[in-house]
Amino acid sequence: MLGILFWLAVKAVALAMSLVLSAAVLVLTLRKMLGYFTYRIGPNRVGPWGILQPIADVVKMLFKEDIIPRDADNIVFRLAPIIALFTALAIWAVIPWGPSDKLAAYMSDPNAGILVFLALGSLSVYGVALGGWASQSKYSLLGSMRATAQMISYELAMGMSLVGLLLMAGTTRLSGIVAAQGTGHYYFWITQVVGFVVFFISTLAEASWTPFDLPEAEAELVGGYNTEYAGMRFGMFFFTELIHAVTMAAMISLLYLGGWNTVSFLSFIPGTLAFIMKIMFVLFIYLWLRATLPRFRYDRLMNFGWKVMLPLAALNLVGTAVYVALWAPKA
Amino acid sequence: MFEDLSALAKGLGTTLKVLFRKKVTVQYPDVPKIRAARFHGRHELRTYENGLEMCVGCELCQVACPAAAITVLAAENDPANPHSPGERYGYKYQVDLLRCIFCGMCEEACPTDCLHLTGDFELANFTRESLVLQKDQLVNKTPSGFKVPGNVYPPFQGRKVVKS
Repeated sequence: MLGILFWLAVKAVALAMSLVLSAAVLVLTLRKMLGYFTYRIGPNRVGPWGILQPIADVVKMLFKEDIIPRDADNIVFRLAPIIALFTALAIWAVIPWGPSDKLAAYMSDPNAGILVFLALGSLSVYGVALGGWASQSKYSLLGSMRATAQMISYELAMGMSLVGLLLMAGTTRLSGIVAAQGTGHYYFWITQVVGFVVFFISTLAEASWTPFDLPEAEAELVGGYNTEYAGMRFGMFFFTELIHAVTMAAMISLLYLGGWNTVSFLSFIPGTLAFIMKIMFVLFIYLWLRATLPRFRYDRLMNFGWKVMLPLAALNLVGTAVYVALWAPKA
Repeated sequence: MFEDLSALAKGLGTTLKVLFRKKVTVQYPDVPKIRAARFHGRHELRTYENGLEMCVGCELCQVACPAAAITVLAAENDPANPHSPGERYGYKYQVDLLRCIFCGMCEEACPTDCLHLTGDFELANFTRESLVLQKDQLVNKTPSGFKVPGNVYPPFQGRKVVKS
């Protein structure tokens, strides 16, 4: 019993560390790539090719004065970034990161994994909403209002698009969904292409990634929900956002791109490595979109979420249900 | 709908193209910036190829300067040991870089092509005094390619200047 607990603790710490590390790598890649996308070369001063830039950033944030506004709600203001970071990390408790034939490559793999993912994804709104509310600043409040409305709207489309996939897979266990895609060419992004598109766009909105970065629209809201935050409290929000992006990319790779399975002639690649490569590929597309697209207008964002995404997801669900009921091979 | 998607694809294509293009960033302090050929920077007083100063102390640059940044005091040349070919030379020459607007009128006014604006633009300093350039800071001792012209009055005798 103790041995299992110890093993779990080691895995949890390693996972949390690698997530924070991945966020650091992502922020460097983000700045480098956004540079390259706009005829620039990005940061290159700290260390060779600027690879120590995230460390310099963190050191800077740690040494910044920790300002709490006079009128802010003291407890909630301090709690909000912690909630945000906690929910972002906690999602990984149910995300498996490799084939588990030899070693259990997951924290836990419950048979309702995808529901836990959706639930914690919804909880992550709390960090943002409380942070904006506790700041006692209208920009922060507007930012968090936007974030709340946006995440709730797109969560619907996201959940709806997943139902079709669940019908095809016949399980809500994440490793089961990966197994259902097999090693062949029938990953769900082909067989569930409408759902894939809807889910992909929803993940952008969930991670408040461009073009859905309204919660932190710098040009309109100063900084959005994190306007009043300074130092490492801001840093926690910042990391939360990046970890969310990694999480969403991981979910896309798990659910639609076959997770750690590869096509047969690439099967020499270790499962976890293949999974990481898929995450990196999805993140590249994220960066590409970020470099290309302008921000949505708020009413269009809502229109798009409710009038396009949700009906599309529902249609996909109906179509999949009909297919599964009539033609699909019985398991 | 279709138009929107094609516009989206076009935008993504554009950014992807830019990703692989040559970058425009200049690594400035590490790699010197390439200035335009006629860039107006710090002033310099040139010397003839035999080492004589080209400045004859005519003060035309002082008159031409719209910002009153230049002060010239001329003195008579000692014929036995001249500073410049000609009757007079610039005894005192000051350029106040804090006043200078780098318009280049002085350069145009100079009858002997002596005064000339270099490409040197890294002029920041900590004191006001250090930004009023004196003659010893302005004279470029390395001889330029210019030869002493044949029509100088009084006629140039071909003596070498004694380095002081």
